[in-house]
Amino acid sequence: MSAPAGAEPSGFLWAAGPVAEMQRAHFFQIVGWMAVVVVPLFLALPVILWRYRAGAGDTYRPEWQFNRLAEWAIWGIPILVVAVLGVTLWRYTHALDPYAPLGPDPLEVQLVLTQDDFVFLYPGQDVALVDRLLIPAGRGLRLRMTSDSVMQSVIIPRLGGQVYAMAGMVTELNLQADAPGLYQGRNTQYSGRGFPGHVFTAEAVAPDSFDARLAELTEGAPALDPGAYDRLLSFGDHGPRAYAGLAPDFFERVVEKYAGPLHAMEKASE
Amino acid sequence: MNWLGILEWHDIVFLRAWQHPSSSELVAAGAGGIVVLGALAALLLITAKHWWRPLWRDWLTSLDHKKIGIMYIVLATVMLARGIIEANVMRLQQLLAVDAPGYLSHEHFAQLFSTHGTIMIFFVAMPLLTGIINFVMPLQIGARDVSFPLLNAVSLALTAAGAALLMVSLVIGKFSTGGWSGYPSFTEKPFSPGAGVDYWIWALTPASIGSTLTGLNFAVTIYKQRAPGMDLFRMPLFCWVSLCTSILMIFAMAPLTLATLMLALDRYAGFHFFTNAAGGDVMNYANLFWLFGHPEVYILILPAFGIWSEVFSTFSGKTLYGYTSLVYATMAIAVLSFTVWLHHFFTMGQSADVNAAFGMATMLIGVPTGVKVYDWLLTMVFGRIRFRVPMLYANYFLLTFVLGGVTGVLLANPGVDFSVHNSLFLVAHFHNMLIPGTLFAMFAGFHFWFPKAMGFRLHEGLGQLAFWLLAPGFLLAFFPLYALGLMGGMRRMAVWSDPSFTPWLAAAMLGAMLILAGLCVLALQLVVSIRQREALAVPVGDPWDGRSLEWAGPAPPFEWNFPVPPEVRSRDAFNDMKRDGRAHSAPERYHDIVMPKNSAVAPLLGLGAAICGFAVTWHIWWLTIASLLGLMAVTVARSFVTNVEKTIPADEVERMHRAWLDRASATPAIPRRLEATTDNRGKAEVPGT
Repeated sequence: MSAPAGAEPSGFLWAAGPVAEMQRAHFFQIVGWMAVVVVPLFLALPVILWRYRAGAGDTYRPEWQFNRLAEWAIWGIPILVVAVLGVTLWRYTHALDPYAPLGPDPLEVQLVLTQDDFVFLYPGQDVALVDRLLIPAGRGLRLRMTSDSVMQSVIIPRLGGQVYAMAGMVTELNLQADAPGLYQGRNTQYSGRGFPGHVFTAEAVAPDSFDARLAELTEGAPALDPGAYDRLLSFGDHGPRAYAGLAPDFFERVVEKYAGPLHAMEKASE
Repeated sequence: MNWLGILEWHDIVFLRAWQHPSSSELVAAGAGGIVVLGALAALLLITAKHWWRPLWRDWLTSLDHKKIGIMYIVLATVMLARGIIEANVMRLQQLLAVDAPGYLSHEHFAQLFSTHGTIMIFFVAMPLLTGIINFVMPLQIGARDVSFPLLNAVSLALTAAGAALLMVSLVIGKFSTGGWSGYPSFTEKPFSPGAGVDYWIWALTPASIGSTLTGLNFAVTIYKQRAPGMDLFRMPLFCWVSLCTSILMIFAMAPLTLATLMLALDRYAGFHFFTNAAGGDVMNYANLFWLFGHPEVYILILPAFGIWSEVFSTFSGKTLYGYTSLVYATMAIAVLSFTVWLHHFFTMGQSADVNAAFGMATMLIGVPTGVKVYDWLLTMVFGRIRFRVPMLYANYFLLTFVLGGVTGVLLANPGVDFSVHNSLFLVAHFHNMLIPGTLFAMFAGFHFWFPKAMGFRLHEGLGQLAFWLLAPGFLLAFFPLYALGLMGGMRRMAVWSDPSFTPWLAAAMLGAMLILAGLCVLALQLVVSIRQREALAVPVGDPWDGRSLEWAGPAPPFEWNFPVPPEVRSRDAFNDMKRDGRAHSAPERYHDIVMPKNSAVAPLLGLGAAICGFAVTWHIWWLTIASLLGLMAVTVARSFVTNVEKTIPADEVERMHRAWLDRASATPAIPRRLEATTDNRGKAEVPGT
């Protein structure tokens, strides 16, 4: 397994970027509002059970079945809470749109998922990293994804996510790390025997050392030619590795492999 | 030509274990052994006790809705045992597999989560609720049977055929690893080449067709068979939820049948509905599946809401608070359930506008659901609450269900869903809804209506003990999963790399064991109750001071339910009859009663469907064709049978009914405080009369 030993929790509650931070804030906001509906039940139930238990001798009105005030409360309060939550949902859903770029100049990375590996392509730098994502801290990342295999779903819990990657289609995930560090990412959609180990490491480095680190990782690496790529597609986890040299339309070719004539027609009509 | 299709000797689980004796294969062989030995033991017992004839005559060929309902519940019970054992096997694997391989192979683990989900949804929850509706609803509306008794038996047979195929898959071959939702493209031929996905397809297809037919049958029954005076707004709430569930079944099962058949065409005939290439689109599958899948959630929960309504009202000795609100809330939930399917894949890349619209629609369902919770709470106000077993489950449900509601609202928010989709947080959420919601409702309903069905109560003490094992068991088994999900733990993981998960997984393991223990106590309770059936008998038929018509007759009920259609003047019809002194009275005149005759059609169709499913799974084409021809032959032959009804003469009806009336008048009525004692013979004391 190529994951770092998970000494620290990797959930979004331990947010390390603006997306996960906003998800966490949204999470607790909902819990707070829902308490308005839930807490009264927890307070009232024990009282009611005690007071109206058989043999307690409290008022018994077997035909009582309606009270206008109670009716207003039990419809009105949930409606108000859902109305408030609806507004926050609309706002947060747009703020957390995974397609919305973070910052004016996000780093463009493409991701091809094979059945057991993550292949990150850096078209600007002409290099590729397997099971390792290098990003500059404090700068947005625009990850465009597709699958060269079954449908999968990509998340880096402490930074944010997740979005599906599907063959013949391109989806997008915009993320950002606040500070340098290692963050585990993974596929969450069952993809076969290798699924538990279908992880990668996102390494965030200071922006000024990004180029040097990328060069260091890919120095002397072979090109990602068709032969090398076919070996990646073969079964099994191939672990972190690097490639220098990349066909310029590598990503598009993977997409079009599946999209076929239909996709070409759609493109022509655009 | 190969007479066995693609089936080979080493597909048999025992030979596999012999050839590759790993711990994983030995567990599989053990499971296969339980199936084979269990089946053999059942056959021997039936033969030794000479039960074949009564089994065939009184049960398998019976078209009586009550017996069909009971058979649904028996089927579900067998499958529930398997589902819970599988859950424990998986829990143990996850506990042992922190930075270690555990004792199951990844593939075996994947088969287990696939069968567990498939079984629990389609062969436990669905048969349980279908069985209970089958038994209760016609009695509650004052009908003699459902509108289409033979169709009812056929639905059961088709469901049983699917269940049989699932059991066979434990012995021959391997099951799908694609989860209960069977998402392509993973379940397409290139990625799942074996017979496993085909097992899944052919187990689900007959069961889903059976459910569609059940929905039609129940809906027509409720519309057409109600007793005189039983207006829609006088129906017990359980009948309302049955109606809504039926409507959901009619419209929601079809997309599933379609999706599995389209997947079958992809796999067998080289079609490209959901493949990666050649214009196939996995997103179409996701839409079709959840177009079924979300209404399905409410198919599972609405009957539970009906049971809770009956339980809160009966054991508070009080009419339901906010009946009209509850009816409208139920209808609102049923309608809204068709508008939210997209929330199962917020993560598929659609725009924020689309996600937000579906997220808000989802949260909207929280409103009628919240109303229901408070209606039940207020039903207890001004009541006299009796803590019988169903009432324990009911109150536990209120407390835990609202917590599941909170996590449901969280998941309805796309922003939050992005971070916990596919995680154990989600797994915890839906178990939170389906165990205290659906399963415990079925247990409550089981305790509640068992005396009516069988003529004796279940042992109260053992029922309470089972509850006190199941209640903490559920909390321990699933609340740690919320925490694990927030810590980044994903679903369907055969092994873990994070040691901080261990304590949470250990707690969950303990919870799963408590649930298994609870199930064992329920089995013990059944045995003890059967042995003490004389002492626990409630022949007069009203052990709980019931309020609706199913309690009006003896326990067990007459085959024909009511000697004459009861006259309904209000809601809580039987309660009012008791107050007016109309209960336990003879009609002015008795009439001949026409009832459906027994029919072998349903068991034959079920057998044919099971054989056909097996044959097509293993590409045994001659057998596929033969079984299809058999299915057609049985159907055609039935259409020539004109003598399908029997008449029970008025004298016979009168004799049986008067015998029961005599017994009722000789039985002392008991006050509620003696309800759980052997003084309870099924006649309730009515205060003020």
